[in-house]
Amino acid sequence: MTDAAELRRRTKELLAAHPPAGTDRLDFLRARFDAGLAWVHYPEGLGGLGAPRSLQAVVDAELVAAGAPDNDPRRIGIGLGMAAPTILQYGTEEQKRRLLRPLWTGEEVWCQLFSEPGAGSDLAALGTRAVRDGGDWVVNGQKVWTSSAHLARWAILIARTDPDLPKHRGITYFVCDMTDPGVEVRPLRQITGEAEFNEVFLSDVRIPDSRRLGETGDGWRVAQTTLNNERVAIGGTPVPREGGMIGKIAATWRERPDLRTHDLHQRLLGLWVEAEVARLTGVRLRQQLVAGQPGPEGAGMKLNFARLNQEISGLEVELLGEEGLLYDDWTMRRPELVDFTGRDAGYRYLRSKGNSIEGGTSEVLLNIVAERVLGLPAEPRTDKDVAWKDLAR
Amino acid sequence: MSAQSEPGLLYSEEEEALRAAVRDLLTDHCDPAGVIARTESAAPHDVSLWKALSDSMGLAGLLIPEELGGQGATHRETAVVLEELGRAVAPVPYLTSAVVATEALLACGPDDLLTELASATTVAALAVGLHVAPGAAVPHVRIEDGLLHGELTGVADAAVADVLLVPADDGGLYAVRAADVTVTPQVSLDLTRPVARVTLDGASGRRLGDAGPAVRRALRAGAGLLASEQLGVSDWLLTETVRYLKERKQFNRQVGGFQALKHRLARLWLEVAGLRAAARNAADALATGEDTDVAVAVAQAYAGQVAVHAAEEALQLHGGIGMTWEHPVHLYLKRAKADSIAYGAAGTHRAALAELVDLRAP
Repeated sequence: MTDAAELRRRTKELLAAHPPAGTDRLDFLRARFDAGLAWVHYPEGLGGLGAPRSLQAVVDAELVAAGAPDNDPRRIGIGLGMAAPTILQYGTEEQKRRLLRPLWTGEEVWCQLFSEPGAGSDLAALGTRAVRDGGDWVVNGQKVWTSSAHLARWAILIARTDPDLPKHRGITYFVCDMTDPGVEVRPLRQITGEAEFNEVFLSDVRIPDSRRLGETGDGWRVAQTTLNNERVAIGGTPVPREGGMIGKIAATWRERPDLRTHDLHQRLLGLWVEAEVARLTGVRLRQQLVAGQPGPEGAGMKLNFARLNQEISGLEVELLGEEGLLYDDWTMRRPELVDFTGRDAGYRYLRSKGNSIEGGTSEVLLNIVAERVLGLPAEPRTDKDVAWKDLAR
Repeated sequence: MSAQSEPGLLYSEEEEALRAAVRDLLTDHCDPAGVIARTESAAPHDVSLWKALSDSMGLAGLLIPEELGGQGATHRETAVVLEELGRAVAPVPYLTSAVVATEALLACGPDDLLTELASATTVAALAVGLHVAPGAAVPHVRIEDGLLHGELTGVADAAVADVLLVPADDGGLYAVRAADVTVTPQVSLDLTRPVARVTLDGASGRRLGDAGPAVRRALRAGAGLLASEQLGVSDWLLTETVRYLKERKQFNRQVGGFQALKHRLARLWLEVAGLRAAARNAADALATGEDTDVAVAVAQAYAGQVAVHAAEEALQLHGGIGMTWEHPVHLYLKRAKADSIAYGAAGTHRAALAELVDLRAP
C-alpha cells in the first residue's frame, strides 16, 4: 500500500526532475500523470498508484507549495468528474490508455451528450438513435444543454439502440468523437445573453463499435456511474463563511449604507442565517464522508444552493434600486467557465434561475429525498413495461 | 471573515452511547400518553423521571467539574441529552436547572450549590423570564434592609425548583430558597415546561456574585443548547409524520405517496438537516469557546422556525387526529412555539448577528 510518506517522496522526485519554474506546463502535467500522481487512487499506468483517494491531498499540498501548474480542473470538470470514472469502470484497456491521459492533462476537453429537448428530467426517454451498420454505429438525433461542446474533442453519449424495449433497457453508451463528420455544435443563447451551453445535432455520425462503453443495451446502468459521480461532485468543497452569493450582497450592504432599508435588512439577515446554516450542513456532510459515514444530507445540498442563490440574488437586485434597473452587458459571449457569482447582480439573478433546473430539477430532487431518504412511496410508474416506441411524447 | 478551526459537527461514539441510554430510559418512563395525563395533574413535572436521569446516569451534573461532584463533560454531550429530552417533550427541569442555573452558578465560582445540583438533591431555576435573550435587559428585585422584595414572572420550572437564583438591584445574583418565596403557577402555553410567578416579600438570600456576567453566560448557554432540544422536537415530529403517512391510506393509496405531500416532507427534512448542523455547531462552539456568539445567534435565528414549522406540518398532515387532545402532536406544537420565544425570539438573535457580523441596520 502506498502511504503518505511514499507519496511525498514521489512528489519530491517529480518536482526535482521537472522543476515547475523551468518546465513547460503541459510537459509537467504529462510527467505528473506518468508518475501516478494525477489521481493517486487510479491504477498504475493510468495516472495513479492505487493509493487511498484521501491521500491525494498530500500530493496536492506538496505541489501547490512548490508552485506547480495545475490541470485547470474547472475547465475540464466534465471529463474529470463524469467521463473519467465511467471510462475507468467500463472502458477497455485500450480505451483507458488512449483517453485518460489527455483528459487529465486537459489536452482533450470532454462534454456530455445526455439531455435532449424531449428528455430532460425523464432522461431515459431519450430518442437519439444508434443503428448498427457493420463495425460502426450510425447515430442520429439532437442533444441540448451541452456545456463545453464547442471546446470538446470527445463526448460521452447515450443513444437508443433498441426502441422495442422499455425505455431504460434499449440504451447504449458511447464515446463520440466531436470532430467526426455529422457532429454540429450550435450555441444556445440563454436569458443572461451568454451562450454557455450548446445544442448538438448528430446526423449520420459513424461511431466505431470499439468506442462503445459497456455492453450493448446496458447504457442506462453505465450512465448511473456518470450521474452518481456528478452528484458526488456537488457540495464537496469547504467554503468559508460568506462564501458564494451571500458574500456578494453582504459586501454591497457594507459598502453602500445609502441603499439600506429596514425591510431589506430583515430579509438580508434571514438569508444570511440560512446561507450559514447551509454552509454548516455542507461542513457536516463533508465530515461524515471523511469519517466513512456518507449521510443523506448530500441530496439536499443542491436544493439549498439553488433556492438560496435565487433568493439572495433577487434581493440584491432589489437592494440596488436604480442600479438594479441596469445590466452590465447583453453581448452574446461564449464563456469557458461558468461563474455563478461573477459579473453584476443582474447577471447573478438571471443565471441562478438555472440552478434549480440544471443537474436535476429541484422537483426531481425533492422526490429523491422523499423516496430514498424518507422512504415514502415512489411515484406511480406507467412507463416501466412499455416499449420506448409506444411511449407518449 | 476570520478563519476559525473547523467545528466538529458529528456525534462521537460516546455521545451515541449516551443518546441510546437516555432514549432507553425515556422509552420506559416517558410515553406520550403518560405525559399528557401528567399535564392535567397537580404535578406537571415528572420528578421520578428526573431522579432516574440524575441518579442512574449523573446527567444533572454533566456541565459541572468533577471536583464539584459533576461529570466534567461538555456542552456537546449535554446537547445530546437535550435532543432526546426534546424528542420526548419530557417534563423535567433539565435545561433550566442542569444548564441555565448551572451556568449562572459556574460563572460565580465554586459553590456548594453546584455540588447539590450535580447530585440532583437540589433543583435550581434562574429567576429570569424564559423569554429573555442573552444580552437583554434583565428584570430584578429590590433589596431593602438586606431582604429581597419584588415579583418576577414567566420563570420556567420555578414550580419544581428548590432554589431560585434571583438578580437584585445591587447588581448581585442571590440564591433564595423556594420555601422563602411564593411561587404561583401561571397558565402556560407549553404544558410540559410550565412558567410561574415568583413573589419575594422580604426573602433572605445569599449573594453568589455579579448578576450581569452570570445571567448573560447562563442565557447564552440556554439559547445555544435549546437548539438541540428544538432539533429533538423537530426530528420526532418529522419521523412520526413520515411514519403516519406511510400507514394512512386515502383514495386507495398511501397518503405519503402523493407528490404534494412528499415535497413538503422533503423540504421539512432539509430544514431539520440544517438545524442539526446549526445545533451541533452551537454546542461545539459553547464547548470550545470559539465563535460562540455567532454560532448561538445563528442557531437561535434558525431553530424556532424549523421546530414550529415541523409541528405545524405534523399537525396538518395528521389530519383530524392531529387536532385532538389524545394525540401527542399538540404537546410538541406547544413546546415548539414556546421554544421559539425562549431565550430570545429569532428576530432578537438576528439583530445580535447584525452587530456580530457587521451587517448593520439602516
